[in-house]
Amino acid sequence: MSLRRRPRGRILAALAAGVVVVVALVAVIVVVRQPGPVTARTLRIAVVDGPGHDQHVSLDATFFTPPGGGRVPAILLAHGFGETKDAVRAEAEQLARAGFAVLTWSARGFGRSTGQVALDSPDYEVKDVGQLVSWLARQPRVMLDGPGDPRVGITGASYGGAVALLAAAYDHRIDAIVPQTTWYNLASALFPDAAGGSAAGGVFKKQWAGLLFTQGAAQADGSQPTGKLPASGVSAALCGRFLPALCAMYQQVATLGRATPQAISLLGRSSPSSVASRIDVPTLLIQGEDDSLFGLDQANANDQAIRRNGAPVGLVWFAGGHDGGNQETGRITQLTTDWFDRWLKSPHPWSRAEPSVPTGQPAFAVTRNLGYDPSSGNQVLEIATAPGYPGLAGSKRTAVRLRGPGQTIVNPPGGAPPSMSGLPGLSAGGAGTGNLGVALPMPGESAAFTSAPLAAPLQQTGSATVRVRVSGATDMTVFAEVYDVDQAGNATLPFQLAAPVRVTGAAAGRTVTVTLPAMDYQFAAGHRVRLVVTSTDFGYATSPAAAAYRVALAGPGLSVPSDPALRITGGGVPWWTWAAPIAALAAAAVILLARPRTRRAGLPSPPGPVAGPPPTPVPAGAPVPLEITGLTKRYRDGQLAVDGLSLHVERGQILGLLGPNGAGKTTTLRALMGLLYPDAGTITIFGQQVRPGAPALSRLGSFVEGPGFLPHLSGRANLDLYWRATGRPAAGSHLDEVLRIAGLGSAVDRRVRSYSRGMSQRLAIAQAMLGLPDLLVLDEPMNGLDPPQIREMRDVLLGYAAAGRTVILSSHLLGEVEQTCTHLVVMNHGRGLAAGPVTEITGGGAALVVGTSQAQRAVSVLRDLDGIEAAEPHPDGVVVHPNGVAPSAVVAALVGAGIPVDRVGPGRGLEDAFLALIGAPEGE
Amino acid sequence: MMAVTAQENAPGYRAHRTLSFRVEFVRQLRRWRTIVAFVVLLALPWILVAAFKISGPVSADNGTPGLVTVATQGGLNFAAFSLFVSAGFLLVVVVALFCGDTVASEASWSSLRYLLAAPVPRARLLRQKLAVALAYSTIGVVTLPVMSLVAGTAAFGWHPLRLPGTGVQLPAGQAVARMLIVLGYVLVTEVAVAGIAFLLSVSTDSPLGAVGGAVGLMILSAILDQVTALGSWRQVLPSHWQFAWLDAVQAQISWGGMLEGASVCACYGIVLLAVAFRRFQRKDIVS
Repeated sequence: MSLRRRPRGRILAALAAGVVVVVALVAVIVVVRQPGPVTARTLRIAVVDGPGHDQHVSLDATFFTPPGGGRVPAILLAHGFGETKDAVRAEAEQLARAGFAVLTWSARGFGRSTGQVALDSPDYEVKDVGQLVSWLARQPRVMLDGPGDPRVGITGASYGGAVALLAAAYDHRIDAIVPQTTWYNLASALFPDAAGGSAAGGVFKKQWAGLLFTQGAAQADGSQPTGKLPASGVSAALCGRFLPALCAMYQQVATLGRATPQAISLLGRSSPSSVASRIDVPTLLIQGEDDSLFGLDQANANDQAIRRNGAPVGLVWFAGGHDGGNQETGRITQLTTDWFDRWLKSPHPWSRAEPSVPTGQPAFAVTRNLGYDPSSGNQVLEIATAPGYPGLAGSKRTAVRLRGPGQTIVNPPGGAPPSMSGLPGLSAGGAGTGNLGVALPMPGESAAFTSAPLAAPLQQTGSATVRVRVSGATDMTVFAEVYDVDQAGNATLPFQLAAPVRVTGAAAGRTVTVTLPAMDYQFAAGHRVRLVVTSTDFGYATSPAAAAYRVALAGPGLSVPSDPALRITGGGVPWWTWAAPIAALAAAAVILLARPRTRRAGLPSPPGPVAGPPPTPVPAGAPVPLEITGLTKRYRDGQLAVDGLSLHVERGQILGLLGPNGAGKTTTLRALMGLLYPDAGTITIFGQQVRPGAPALSRLGSFVEGPGFLPHLSGRANLDLYWRATGRPAAGSHLDEVLRIAGLGSAVDRRVRSYSRGMSQRLAIAQAMLGLPDLLVLDEPMNGLDPPQIREMRDVLLGYAAAGRTVILSSHLLGEVEQTCTHLVVMNHGRGLAAGPVTEITGGGAALVVGTSQAQRAVSVLRDLDGIEAAEPHPDGVVVHPNGVAPSAVVAALVGAGIPVDRVGPGRGLEDAFLALIGAPEGE
Repeated sequence: MMAVTAQENAPGYRAHRTLSFRVEFVRQLRRWRTIVAFVVLLALPWILVAAFKISGPVSADNGTPGLVTVATQGGLNFAAFSLFVSAGFLLVVVVALFCGDTVASEASWSSLRYLLAAPVPRARLLRQKLAVALAYSTIGVVTLPVMSLVAGTAAFGWHPLRLPGTGVQLPAGQAVARMLIVLGYVLVTEVAVAGIAFLLSVSTDSPLGAVGGAVGLMILSAILDQVTALGSWRQVLPSHWQFAWLDAVQAQISWGGMLEGASVCACYGIVLLAVAFRRFQRKDIVS
């Protein structure tokens, strides 16, 4: 019997459709995310600068405008030292795409611009920027704050960052700046003294200075189309495109190894420190943690100066810098865009009159390196932010006790070989581990003071300080470094930064407070902190005179700053992390509780109540084992499987359910088991309505549409587990009794997988009888049984019903049904055609089949004949229930009416009745 | 035979006692697929150990960061490594197997209708089957690293967990705590797989279709995750978060990725399981 299955193909089709939709979505997203076109126009801009405002320089520039029309704010985007405007092209395009008009230019002395490098001098480069601002004011796409005053911001890294700060001080038309990785005071950056001394006594950062100078000089070759060379011969080779005064200054300090007053004054004019009180526009300072050239202390000084002037300031410490590391390019560009969005696109930009306005960004953001992603090898970075910036001294200080006796270190003659904290521009290590990074204190040239293993992680944000006492020479230079020492003893130098210290007048010993390099770093629990003091460092100029210094701790140890207000951004995770599961739970509740849409939408509504006999009222106290009323079931494909079926079964009855294939028998039995949702009608078992999972089903034993066992288990285990699955007490199972009925013998302990069809059939009937249910439903129980087994089964069923239980069975074996059942229901096309005791349906007494070619006439003749109970057409002619009338009288009546009689024989009981019932024309 | 009783339910029948966890667990226990899955999970660590022994020690200094370079540093490192190589596919298959097969195989054996007619109420049947499938999945996911720990310790000794790419070592106590965090997270991410597999399991009569469908969808998700042009859209893919637990194998544990991943995967699990329950409760059982 075929139940309509939902085609399996439909699920596959749905899956495939889902895949197609996803792929299409992906394609659309990829296409939509393609950036819009940005217009780039290359041009030359003539400017006049110099102290006498008389030097004519032609700047090579590119002007980027966003798509569309209308006036937009402008951004001046400056490049770094030794680069040209081409280095910032990608960033310019991104800013233009974000809705800004962006002007990039090669600074004087670089690329195709003419002129000489003046190192961000107010007389040269800064003057040029002022004229670029005026140029922008003349552009039709640039928004104006007033006549000749464009809405403009300026950003750039390093060399470009300093010009941004200086331009903001000298030109009040500039509305917001984002200087990156740049200096506050170029003299103190190149001649630092971590003991607090001025640049005049500072330690020359010779490697970095040399790198920068040669970078500026070397790019002279060929790249200068029209500019005049400043001189010829040796001077040209040495100075390249540097302004001669600058070149001479460098040669002097490099030879001396220390700053001259002229150098300090020249570098000072190129420093924001010289105009610190005049920078008062919203400023986002972005400084690298991995930077031995312009450290975090330089940004700290800029921050404090601009804050003092009352302008809003944001400070970002990111993972990169001049030494490498992760430059976080995408994030930096985004932060820059956000800052300019906030201050240039707002209808009311920042005004000095109302300084306290929210910046839209945290005042302090720090990138923290949490280690390496083991799968990709990339650094794992997290951003910690705080609403305020506490300065390099931090908002909290932790004392770390160091231990170690006073030690003697040697300054080797000629200063070689030097200890090494890092290679300028090459450390590329980030927080402590780099692949390229080398940190190598020379033995004999270094003293070490180490802490006990840390009980808890130690977070440092800012500059640690330590007091040391040094002696041994009247003028000495030492370098202080803080190493992270792991359990295995491996020491790493975080960010490869060293603090140079110049001590004078210390022949008899002097105590100095050393401010160690500013950084954001976490020492893990169990690690040790080690202070190392060396007499030399590769990056710095030291005294060539041989000497021996004595180094000892002059205090308990390190004082380490931190800022507990720094938190990983937004409490660590985006808002949806918490919202999504709550929304999912709500969605799940809706999914589970919402009422279903009208079932079978679009199909004809099921027929109204009950065709057929009215239900028999259930007598109180003795509920009927089974009562079906008006059962209607239409499958999803529209097939009407059962159509208003009603029947009822009494105790002790064996009801046969008959019908051709597709009559709705199995659907009825499935509905009876609670497997289907009927469209109309009710089924009650012992007075309780059957729904899926209704407890009354526990009184029903069923075998419908074949056995269902776990193939990997034995027959006995299957039955045992099935009974245990019902949760009922083991004593009530009657397992041995039903196994005897199944008659499997020793095969009951074999795996079901090995069973023949008949064996599993018998096991399934046994399973249906487990617990001896009050109502037993068997679908084709005799199929697959041999004649002796059929006979045995018949006896079992008769005995079962005789004990007052009820059996419902469907079968094709009409003879079996006739012999076994007490009552019958005949179905066709989902309807009940006849119901009643077997004898009633088969017509009680023996029927006659009269073979005739004129069946219709014969029926009408016989129906007129007295005493005849019934006469129906039959495939062979007519079937007659004579009810005591002699066959001869029947024949005589037919012959008398002129109807030919070919033969007369006994009827075949149920088969004839069945065929007569289902053969009846439709629609009667 | 006994006389018919007049009560409403069969003697001793209580809906909440049907298909106990224990019975369902036993029903699934002796199946080939259960046995094979666990044999694979138990054997894989030893196969990997053999592979390392045959190929010789991995050089940790060749500049390639990653768990493979430190896999042979000790039992803890080896366990982390084996989890790393199996989280992407093997564990997905295991979870899809237990959760995708459970209802669909009953439907294909026709035993589902007899359980429902016992009657085991539908919601209870699904709940019990889900509980047992999740229990097997959990045991499976836990088995692999535990056996790896045993095999790795036997082969490479018991040492602190050495973090890849750095010289940092986590002492054993801390490392075990980290491994428990990792396991917990991996289990949460597999909830998404369980949800997909379970929904397919109640939707089809073919156990192979349910298991294969779930694995296939996870593969599709992993492929889409490779399309970087999708940007933040990739965050809604369950497989995007499959390796976020690597954040716990760092000197400083970072919770962000794991919390986001757990959130996304839990959402998939919750919604898909709800759909599975709704479908199953309202469908006609025709298998």
